[in-house]
Parts: sequence; C-alpha cells; structure tokens
Amino acid sequence: MNWKITATAIGLALLASTGAAFADGELNIYNWGNYTSPDVIKKFEQKYNVKVTITDYDSNDTALAKVRQGGTGFDIAVPSQTYVPIWIKEGLLLETDPGKMENFKNVAPEWANPDFDPGRKYTVPWAWGTIGVVVNTDAYKGPANTWGIVFNTPDELKGKVNVVPEMGDVMFAATKYVGGQQCTDDKAVLKKVRDLLVAAKPNWIAMEYNTIEKMGAGDFKATSDWNGSALRQRLANPAIHYNYPKEGFGLWSDNVAVLKEAKNVENAKLFQNFIMDPENAAGLSAFHRYANAITGSDKYMPADMKDAPEVVIPEADKAHAELQVMCPPEVQELYTKIWTELQK
Amino acid sequence: MATAEQVAKEAERRDVRTRWLLSAPALIIIFLAATGPLLIVLVYSLLTPGAYGDVKWQFSPEAWLSVFMERDIFDDTLSLAAAHVTIFWRSIKLAIVTTIATLALGFPTAYFMATRSEKTRDIWLFLITIPFWTNLLIRTFAVLQIIRNEGIINTILIKLGIVSAPVQILFTDTAILIGMAYVYLPLMVLPIYASMEKLDFRLVEAGYDLYASRFQVLRRIIFPLVRPGVIAGSILVFIPAIGAYVTPSVLGGGKNMMLSNLIELQFGQGRNWPLGSALSITVMIIVMVALLAYVRNAGRAEVRHG
Repeated sequence: MNWKITATAIGLALLASTGAAFADGELNIYNWGNYTSPDVIKKFEQKYNVKVTITDYDSNDTALAKVRQGGTGFDIAVPSQTYVPIWIKEGLLLETDPGKMENFKNVAPEWANPDFDPGRKYTVPWAWGTIGVVVNTDAYKGPANTWGIVFNTPDELKGKVNVVPEMGDVMFAATKYVGGQQCTDDKAVLKKVRDLLVAAKPNWIAMEYNTIEKMGAGDFKATSDWNGSALRQRLANPAIHYNYPKEGFGLWSDNVAVLKEAKNVENAKLFQNFIMDPENAAGLSAFHRYANAITGSDKYMPADMKDAPEVVIPEADKAHAELQVMCPPEVQELYTKIWTELQK
Repeated sequence: MATAEQVAKEAERRDVRTRWLLSAPALIIIFLAATGPLLIVLVYSLLTPGAYGDVKWQFSPEAWLSVFMERDIFDDTLSLAAAHVTIFWRSIKLAIVTTIATLALGFPTAYFMATRSEKTRDIWLFLITIPFWTNLLIRTFAVLQIIRNEGIINTILIKLGIVSAPVQILFTDTAILIGMAYVYLPLMVLPIYASMEKLDFRLVEAGYDLYASRFQVLRRIIFPLVRPGVIAGSILVFIPAIGAYVTPSVLGGGKNMMLSNLIELQFGQGRNWPLGSALSITVMIIVMVALLAYVRNAGRAEVRHG
C-alpha cells in the first residue's frame, strides 16, 4: 500500500514541476509575513503565466541585512518608507520608473511623489496606514485621542496598557507628546522623552507585538498599534476603538521595489504595474486590511473596510498626521541608548 | 639496503601521515564550522558600526568600551554601563534560579523514576521525553494559555469562588520562572536519572542498616553517587537558560530586556553590530568562567567526599 502513496506523491510532484515549467517565468517576492493576498497572486499567475514564490520576513532590518548580503534570488521586496531611501542609497534597487507605467495614473496624488522616493523612480505603493492608540471602551470611557493613554495612563487603564516595541514608533510618539519634532537631536527634548518613558513604564503591562489576540482575550485593555491591527480587533469586539492622537500620529507606507539583483525583471515590472490596478489593489487590502493608495479601489473594497474609521482618517484628525522618516544615525544612536535604559 | 629498523620507521611515518590526511577533512570542517563563525564575531566586535546596520572596515575599540562603560547622552560623563550590568545580572539570576528550580523538581522526579520496576521505568522515561516532540514556542504558548487571566488556572479559581478577580500571573517574573522551569525540566531529569539508574540501592539499604536517617542516606550516599548527573543537568539547564529568548519574551511581556534581547536590539533596530558582537563574546566568557568555577568546585567536593 505504501509504495502506492509514494508513487502518487512522486507523480504529483512531477506534475507540479512540469506545471511550473509550462509557466513563462517565475517571480520571487520577499515580503512581510501574512501580508500577501493569495487570491491576487493567483490572478497574477494566471494572467501572465508566471509562477510566484513568496518568502516572509519579520522586520525591515532583517530584510535589509539579507538583501545587502546579495545572492538571495529575490526579485521584489517591500520596504517601509523609512527604509526606502537606504535601499536606494545602498544601490539595492533597480530603477524601474513606475511613474511611467500604465497603471500609475491610479496612484492617489498624495502618494504619487513622496519624499522617500521622489518621482516614484523605484517603488509602487503596497499599503499605507497610521499608528495610533487602541482602547477597549468597556475599560475606559474617557477621551482617548491622545498619546497620554500610553505615556500618562489614566487610572482605569494602569497596568493594562501594552506598547508595541517598535523603537522608531515609540520615540516618534513620545517626542510628539512632549511637543518636539520627529528625529530631533535637541538634548532638552530628548531628556524630557527619556524621563516621560521611564515614568510611564510602570503603568504598562507588556511591550509586545501580539496585540490582536491579547486585546481580544482581555489581557490588554489599551495598546499603541497599527490601524489594520485595530480594525481586526474591532471586528472581533465592537467595544475596541482606534484613536488618532491629537499631539500628532505617524503615517507609514510599505512599497514594492524591484531588486538590482533580480533575475526576473520583466515579471517584477509586470507585478508593479499589476498591483496599481484598482481592483487588484482592493484585493490586496481585503487581505492585509490596510489602505492602498490607489484611487478607484474603494469600489472593490470589502464592505467592512469602506467606511472603517481605522482605514479612512476622519477629516478632523487629518491635520495631525505626519509621515515618519528615518532618523539620521546619530539620532538613532541616542534613541537606542534611551531605549536600552527604558527596558533595562 | 635498508635495515629492518629503517623500514619499520618509514612504515610508521607513512602510517602517521595517512592518519593525518584521512582526518584532515574532519579537522578542517570542525575548525571552520566551530571556530570560523566565532572569529568573524570577534573581528566584527572590533570594527565601526555602519550607518544602517552592517560594519565599516575600520578598527574601533568603541564597542568593547561601551559593553562596560557608557557615556551619558545628556551630561556626557563616563560611567559604568549600569543598564548593561542590570540586564546581564537579570539573565544570570534567571539562569541560576531556573537551575535551582529544575533541580528541586527534577531530583525527586528522577529518584521516583529510578526506583520503579524496570518495565514501568521505560514508561516514565517516555513521558519525560514527550515535551521534546513539540517546538519550544508551542510549549511556551501552552503555558501562556494556562496562566493567562482567561486561562485554565484563573477560570478554575474564579469558578470555585476562591478569588473574585483573576490573579495576574502572566507578564510577571513568576510567569517567566514557571515557563523556564517547565521548558528545561527534562534536561535536568534525564542526566540525573541516568546516574540514579546505575545507583546500587544495596548501598542505601546498608546505610539504613547502619542506623542512618533518611536525610543522612540522601546526603551521604545517594547525592554523592549521582553528583555527575546533577552537574551535567545543571550545565545543560544553565547554559541555554542564560541565553533564553522566547520564554521570557512571551511570558514576561518584553518590558524588561534579557541578554538575548539586548544583543538582538544591536543587530536589529539599534544597528550597532560591533556592540552586538562584543556583547555576545562577553556572554560566552561569562558562561565559560561560570562553568569552570562550577566544575572545579564540584570536582573538589567529590574528592572531599571520597
């Protein structure tokens, strides 16, 4: 009986490999985990007869370090806006000039010419979002559109607040809360930031990434978080609300870039163009739960995202949004020292 | 004409050469695989950090300096790296406490196993090895499910009316210790059991016959005989515990850094690979010194007990 199973397995494997051989080519995507819609990928594979392989990474630093070593075999990576200038400066990206691609006309004007990639010479928007404060309103009913929830925690939430340990994001929020500018090297401001963080920490219960599950189970009653994560939490528990801090909140965006060492450049370019199509962009959003920077995609968006307060920033809050940038190495070094002191 | 002696010498020389040549591939692999990466870490610790990760090929002792000393970013004074010392001490303390806890739990367990009939022993041994079938991360999350506020323990306590609100165990030091003890217990039990199994229990009987109390039998007969197992178990638990990463992060909530988090920070968001390398080597040195001290001490104790 056993040899039959083996034979079938070998047969299937052969079939699969010949199936791949029939495709016109391959495309190797290096992207964040649990971020790529299988449906959209399948559609791309069928349309262009290309076999797509996806490999996950878990942080911008991991992705950068790995690609910098070379020989990865990846064609596409999806760095965040803070890292895109580094990828460009280090010569890791191929200038594919997406600004001249057919579907580029769909890119929303505010994302068509960003500072991190002027003229969109290298990258195509994949997703964008915000970083704010999530509160379970069963535990706290007061106003929550402030970083004070995290840094000056109200009594009801003391010992129930989580902070996502993303150093750049936490430093951004704390700097805004004390009234400074992001990436400041002003020691007076940084000292206030340090003191604020150290004083706030005893009120936190944890510093971890796994917020969706912990907010759902009630281990946390509030947390700093990304908007897409907040959306998933609200869909599981309507009492969980996402808030845009009035002191200023960060905007981020992840961007699809073709690597200089890519072997399947044409397919990679096809992919860049493909995801700027409104229907495909909406397909990506339906999976990763973030906005996509493509005009006209709202028609195809899933119903629970169209007017979601986590995805569509309310007019009143828009003024407080600010695109986060990569701080210079000297500031980053100060950040690391403050961070070490905070977590010691 | 060569004498018989010359022929023999020549043959011996050839033999030695052949042996070296045959073992050369293995020696080269051992050297490259074991020492090579460490040498890279050592070299990296003496370089300048790159602006965005990686290193610049430029000598700098800065990384080693900042392992022990820190320059205050506000008043620019140089002082002992208090943050690093706190974090090092936290990890070492956790490793020591974990070793003691697993020893306290593991010794009686091993004794119990070794004193069963031969057939049932195998079943107990089998049960002890079951946790190894699953991944460390999964075992840690299983502990999380048990101790969290909506977890099994708290649900039972509340249902029984013993407490009215859930007891906060998760994200405390207790949670870390529970997780660590659970994860590392088999590593303590197995070596002790291996020594205990060889123990001649007639010696125990002889001890009782000579009017030794139970405690005396344990202290003067059983413990000295299974000492090698205890030493092996302690080493097996202590070394991985000092670098533990997953268990403290998941159960402790990540508010307080462990050594491994500190090192990870340098290679990730902190972008200071030389400092990360220097910290890694420091950990190795600490572990090595601790082990040497422990083994020498334990060896001396053995001589004393004769």
